[in-house]
Amino acid sequence: MSSLQTGVFLKQVSEDLFQILPPCRNHPSCLTDTSPVVPGADPARTQLCFEWGPAEMLLCETLFGRRGGERRGAPGGSAGPAPTGCGVAGGGDGAPGPSRVFVVRRDQDIYMETLRKLFNESHGIFVGLQRCEEERAARARNAQLVQVSKNYRSVIRACMEDMHQAAISARDSALHSQYSIQVSILSAMELIWNLCEILFVEAAPAGPLLLRLLDWVQLHICDVDNMVREVLGSENPSKHKLFWNVVDIFVLQGRMDEARHLLSKEAIANPTSMNMYKILDDLMKKMPVPSLGNTQTLTEMELKWQHWHEECQRYLQDGTFASNSHMESICKILLGDENAILEKKELMTTWYHFLVTRLLYSHPTVKPMELRFYAQSSMDMFLGEESNPEPLDTILMAAFEFELHQVIKECSVALSNWWFVAHLTDLLDHCKLLQSHNLYFGSNMREFLLLEYASGLFSHHSLWQLGVDYFDHCPEYGRVYLELHIERIPLNTEQKALKVLRICEQRQMHEQVRSICKIMAMKALRNNRLGSALSWSIRAKDAAFATLISDRFLKDYCERGYFSDLDLIDNLGPSMLLSDRLTFLGKYREFHRLYGEKRFSEAARLLLMLMTAHIAPCSFWMTLLTDALPLLEQKEVIFSAEQTYELMRCLEDLTARKLDKQKFQDDDVETMKVEMLRLALARNLARVIVKEGTLEGS
Amino acid sequence: MEEVCARFVSQKISKARWRPLPAAALQPPDLFATGSWDNEDNRISIWSVGDVGSAGLNGEYQGEPQLLCDIRHNGDVMDMQFLDQERIVVGSSTGSVTVFRHHQNNQTLSASHRWENAHYHADQYTACGGAACTGVICNNPEIVTVGEDGRINLYRADQKDAVRTIDNADSSTLHAVTFLRTTEILTVNSIGQLKIWDFRQQRNEPAQIFSLTGDRVPLHCVDRHPNQQHIVATGGQDGMLSIWDIRQGTMPVSLLNAHEAEMWEVHFHPSNPDHLFTCSEDGSLWHWDTSTDVSEKPSFLHQGGRSTAYFSHSTINQSVVSAWLSNDPTKDRMEITNLIPNQTLSVNTLDVLGPCLVYGTDAEAIYVNRQLFA
Repeated sequence: MSSLQTGVFLKQVSEDLFQILPPCRNHPSCLTDTSPVVPGADPARTQLCFEWGPAEMLLCETLFGRRGGERRGAPGGSAGPAPTGCGVAGGGDGAPGPSRVFVVRRDQDIYMETLRKLFNESHGIFVGLQRCEEERAARARNAQLVQVSKNYRSVIRACMEDMHQAAISARDSALHSQYSIQVSILSAMELIWNLCEILFVEAAPAGPLLLRLLDWVQLHICDVDNMVREVLGSENPSKHKLFWNVVDIFVLQGRMDEARHLLSKEAIANPTSMNMYKILDDLMKKMPVPSLGNTQTLTEMELKWQHWHEECQRYLQDGTFASNSHMESICKILLGDENAILEKKELMTTWYHFLVTRLLYSHPTVKPMELRFYAQSSMDMFLGEESNPEPLDTILMAAFEFELHQVIKECSVALSNWWFVAHLTDLLDHCKLLQSHNLYFGSNMREFLLLEYASGLFSHHSLWQLGVDYFDHCPEYGRVYLELHIERIPLNTEQKALKVLRICEQRQMHEQVRSICKIMAMKALRNNRLGSALSWSIRAKDAAFATLISDRFLKDYCERGYFSDLDLIDNLGPSMLLSDRLTFLGKYREFHRLYGEKRFSEAARLLLMLMTAHIAPCSFWMTLLTDALPLLEQKEVIFSAEQTYELMRCLEDLTARKLDKQKFQDDDVETMKVEMLRLALARNLARVIVKEGTLEGS
Repeated sequence: MEEVCARFVSQKISKARWRPLPAAALQPPDLFATGSWDNEDNRISIWSVGDVGSAGLNGEYQGEPQLLCDIRHNGDVMDMQFLDQERIVVGSSTGSVTVFRHHQNNQTLSASHRWENAHYHADQYTACGGAACTGVICNNPEIVTVGEDGRINLYRADQKDAVRTIDNADSSTLHAVTFLRTTEILTVNSIGQLKIWDFRQQRNEPAQIFSLTGDRVPLHCVDRHPNQQHIVATGGQDGMLSIWDIRQGTMPVSLLNAHEAEMWEVHFHPSNPDHLFTCSEDGSLWHWDTSTDVSEKPSFLHQGGRSTAYFSHSTINQSVVSAWLSNDPTKDRMEITNLIPNQTLSVNTLDVLGPCLVYGTDAEAIYVNRQLFA
């Protein structure tokens, strides 16, 4: 990791900054308006410039003067655990125009230790989703996608659980609040995901839709659970001061059985009003609910509902519950009286709870497309005019309005990571919900978000391996991104290099394979590990580099008189053919082995062949000829007349060539060598003529 | 495999090792150590798998490994071995070799001894720096380490200096090491060679060299049959499992096509050596079983859901010749099971002891299977 590293992410680039920077590409995060500044960078004092890079942005102070504007108040700033921007400062504080460079990261959540579980586990789900084949029956396909969505959610929940535990056990209060913030972010993510699952993935029809929404509310409104637990845990629940609150909660959430159970306890305690309780209990029992299966039609359901509704109305009007305000209000709730429900605002805590309760008691057969009207009016009624909707409200509202793109856009703005939008968008894309939409840049929304997320992963020192599979499933730009990123992985051990290499080889990224092998070969060469270096260049089939290393081997041999790394050179096998020089190295070593094994005639033949077939580089001929000397001087004749002539011609070629070029540098040694060779050759020739003559003659 | 418990640990696991059992112990192993790699802050961790009985009230977490203690480790954990019940020897990518002690009374880890720059490039004192230590093997009190620098070190626990160092033992990278006998070790390197080194010999040359023919496929791991010491298994870059008989020949007795990518580890089951386990970069973990005899199991047996392959079958008794060496396909039968169905990222490490298997992956998870032969 470079020394420039900071943990700042894009959200922290201030709006000031974006006023002086040219408008960036349509980056969802640019839309945020609550972003603190990069710590240490002050756009009011020095002009800033920037450069996009893969997953990171470089921000530097330039020498251009101030733009005249007075210093703006430091916006939002370093609230929370925002890491400090680490600049590379030139010059002291007082010096004019210290130029610093900031590295701005986009996706800070990537660096949360506890979130790594989320990234890793969801990676498995993601890959599984991409692999599952398309050609299934629509119904089975849908069930499968819902299951995938549930898996994602369970991963979020598991992560939330871990984070919660971490928050509890954190001793440091700053750490504690950091974890708590993450818990709330995760729970918001799960809430949104769950709603999207109901509305988009499962696409529940009228009837079951309401049941799903009820489950959704019950699962996520857990603020009241403590109250319920407290009351139920007390010795005499019906005497508890919060008793009616709990009953109301049950009714508001449609948990009729639980409400009735509590009421029956109260009824036993008040025998005088037994009748009243019985009537209410009966009403609650009879309340028609949409069925999940196809056992009843919607009309049937609506008829039953109408009937039940009228019955409730009757009881309310004849004042059956007049003596007990609690029961009267429950009856009003059952009738769907908006004011009665709104009175319980504190028990519902959120407008979407109000929405679902309202639907339950006034429009149980609401159709998906009608949701938007009820949602908007519920939010207005619940929040009133005084408060602005928060980002979460806007996101949920967009979902209720079936504005998919709006949901994704708002999530990108509000959430501090790309994980959520990338995975959700991918899932929705698999549901074939996003196909019509095209961006005016990149390929499509799914791919754009996946690329962003994976780029974030690649900027992480350890999570980069996960990013590979995400890039693989981006048909248009995935490969280019992968190529750019993979070359930037620091390779500190050979094992890591092998892993990166495997990734490249599996994808036929020859250019990257070459470059990685070359890097490793260079490293080995610098460490004087010629054997390793040669292995790497053989793997990359890099002939030029193999030649270079072979030359190093030969040079070392000439200097020291013996070969290093014999185990490697003796076992080159077919890879010897990679470069001419390598072939020569292998063959020359073979000559030495033959000579060592006293297989002189084979050795001689090989030696001669190295020169006549021009395998040996010219600069090496003299060495080869010198190597021939001891063979010429052996007691028995080794070179035939033919071979001796060849040798002589080689020698003459060599001297002629050298004379052409220049005079011998160290005349004496060279001339002596040549003279000795000539003498030896002549003597050998004499011996061989005699020998061959006698052999023929006899 | 329902018996497998997984745990995400927020670090890529490079090594996992069971703590050895005391002699004459009957219970299954309950403690293992893991090492991480590629993190800014790598760790050695000790995990307990506890016994099912005492797991407590939260039933769903039963059997999930619990972290007992951990300690920072400088550099990637390249290899790790238990020296004895308490001490763990760890080789680092920085070239140092550290002995960690696990204090069981207060569940802490501490570094008890460190050999800095056990492996290094060029000159120990120049800036060239350390070379990764790629393999460690222990035979208490002896410790042998090998590294990317092609060096072999022999240490004795608690002795400050190396007992023996073979510089430039190999011109390429040594990937793994194991003990053959008390004075002999086996190494594998990145040009497909298996070498035997004898520490009794003063020469710095291998006693014997075996090699794969032709392709020089790098070998990444080596293990020796626990009872029949002449049988050696190695795993290569192409995922091939090679079985060698070091009494004869210089080439492997059999080559078995296995994984699709680098085989990172191979282990004979220590007490049940008819079983062999291999794991690979392609995300699979294979169980090789040669114990299945036709007389015991009918050949038409098919276990649903498992990807099982039968090589061949026979009725000839195999008591004399080990099943691993009979390369005649008509003579014996091998059952191979992939223990991980939908894995995507590399399985870097595995260890088997008794009925228990532990493995760690690049997906930052550790898995424990405690009923291997169930």
